[in-house]
Amino acid sequence: MDLSAINPVLLVASLMVAATPILLAAIGELVVEKAGILNLGVEGMMIIGAICGFAVAVQTDSSTLGFLAAAIGGAVLSLLFVILTQVALANQVASGLALTLFGLGLSALLGQSFVGLKPPPTPELNIPFLSDIPVLGPILFSHDPVLYLGIAIVAGVWAALKFTRAGLILRAVGENHDAAHALGYKVIRIRIMAILFGGACAGLGGAYISLVRVPLWTEGMTAGVGWIALALVVFGSWKPWRVLLGAYLFGGVTVVQLNLQAAGVAIPVEYLAMSPYLITIVVLVILSKDKSSAPASLGRIFHASH
Amino acid sequence: MIVLEKRPQPSQAWSMATPLIAVLATMFFGGLLFLTLGKNPIEAIRTIFYDPLFGEFAFYYRPQLLVKGAPLVLIAIGLSLGFKAGIWNIGAEGQYIMGAIVGAGIGLAFYPLEAWYILPLMVIGGAFGGWIWAMIPGILKVRFGTNEILVSLMLVYVAEQLLASMSLGLLKNPEGHGFPGSRNLNDYASTNGWIDQNVGMHWGVVAALIAVIFAYILLNRHMLGFHIRLTGDAPRAAKFAGVKPARLILFTLGMSGALAGLAGLFEASGPAGQITIDFSTGYGFTAIIVAFLGRLHPVGILLAGALMALTYIGGDIAQGSLGLPAAAIQVFQGMLLFFLLAFDLLTNFRIRLASGKVA
Repeated sequence: MDLSAINPVLLVASLMVAATPILLAAIGELVVEKAGILNLGVEGMMIIGAICGFAVAVQTDSSTLGFLAAAIGGAVLSLLFVILTQVALANQVASGLALTLFGLGLSALLGQSFVGLKPPPTPELNIPFLSDIPVLGPILFSHDPVLYLGIAIVAGVWAALKFTRAGLILRAVGENHDAAHALGYKVIRIRIMAILFGGACAGLGGAYISLVRVPLWTEGMTAGVGWIALALVVFGSWKPWRVLLGAYLFGGVTVVQLNLQAAGVAIPVEYLAMSPYLITIVVLVILSKDKSSAPASLGRIFHASH
Repeated sequence: MIVLEKRPQPSQAWSMATPLIAVLATMFFGGLLFLTLGKNPIEAIRTIFYDPLFGEFAFYYRPQLLVKGAPLVLIAIGLSLGFKAGIWNIGAEGQYIMGAIVGAGIGLAFYPLEAWYILPLMVIGGAFGGWIWAMIPGILKVRFGTNEILVSLMLVYVAEQLLASMSLGLLKNPEGHGFPGSRNLNDYASTNGWIDQNVGMHWGVVAALIAVIFAYILLNRHMLGFHIRLTGDAPRAAKFAGVKPARLILFTLGMSGALAGLAGLFEASGPAGQITIDFSTGYGFTAIIVAFLGRLHPVGILLAGALMALTYIGGDIAQGSLGLPAAAIQVFQGMLLFFLLAFDLLTNFRIRLASGKVA
């Protein structure tokens, strides 16, 4: 065992990379849940994003196009969820599960010919002087653009929900859809847009795994990250900055356990690999006492009968 | 303009018809999918749904129907109890793995003893393993209000890691020449779960049939079953009727866990024969589709389990003879759940053509 081989600066830098997929998916789901919709299909949308992004990036040799395709892919899959829950008024829990099962199958089918290929590299931002600062440089100023995009989306969602009229309407729809409907807001239309946004974010998160984090395509490679993202929204009590904090916490756990595996700690690999999931459960237990911040209409079916 | 009008009561006729419509729609769109993969859609559908039952080699495939169907029905019956009451155990895959590990572990602990009581002990162990794994989300939900969906699902990943650890470590066959995986339970009379391998009959099939009958009686003839249905249909009325949510949560989760654990044990002692890293094949997730396709009704689940088993076997045949990718059948199964949920609209709503006036 050699713990001194673990470099704290690299640890923090890779923590941010590990956290980004969870962060992207979770911030998208936060917006969806703020609109009163519980979409359990995050895992499915992520894995579709992962393969769409990977396939397009390999074929066009451009990771930018890859990420774009991933966002579109995720949004298109979430359109299925829209049809089920907003048009056919199906149960949201069951529909989310359907989305995940369907997405996992479809991604495996689409990805057959991409196993073993290498995606084009995603360029890292290299700002002169700033990236060269000893400790802060590698941590803050030399990542890929998508990582910063994730943080920007968090800031954007926070500002939009807190300060804009659109954010207020979105929250109104999530808190009480009947009242929002009576006020003349298009409940269904607003929710559809929220779901599509969530799908696009989850797709980006998935592509971040297949294009930056791993970077490879293997079947079922999201390995529950989508579900952790769902837990994270609860963890963050539906507040964007707390979701960011939570994502970095989970990223930290993942990176530390990987580093411990590499350092050859006496704990078997399997038990270390369990830790992110176990910690998710512990965190859920600690935070689930306080349900007050959940949107009041979350998961309820809206049907304007009059 | 098309308007949806909520039915005062869900339509019985449509409730029976939607699974059939969903299967037909899946066949149609699945056919289109196979066409885009460059396969003859009619041949593919025939290979999946007809050949395993009536084709040239049906004598070989028919027993497989029991082998694949038993775990699906066993797990889905348990899940349906919870789903009916709005309690979502989606971690059956984890409970399935834990049942197999505990049950097979008991059997291996007795090696090389041969005795009549070993298999019954393994069955109890299997049910216990699944039960205890499902009790974790159950107790956390009752005690702390934790979301059971997320906890039960997280525990699937934990169970998979535990499975890997077990098949490489504690339960590894010491005479296995270094290969991962336990001793083969089929090699010892006391731990062999087969009744007659030639017709696909093992104790899991028996357990699945008992579970169907048990669930039917519970839901239709027993107060607890009534409370389960009441909680799902009218939670407020259930509260007034004195239903204790905590008891219901623990019962439904525990029951589904125990049944999933049994399914795992019977798979390990029968068709799989041993504990290996790739022991979990996703029955726990497919069983969710089976439960919904069977309309959460025990008899429906039995039929749905048979149909789903058919798609597994047919998918395997189509892989060999038509070169259909394995994932295609997964998409096919996902599609089925999708159409089922979509067509369920007809059960709860009436579709009317209305004049374009503003209401």
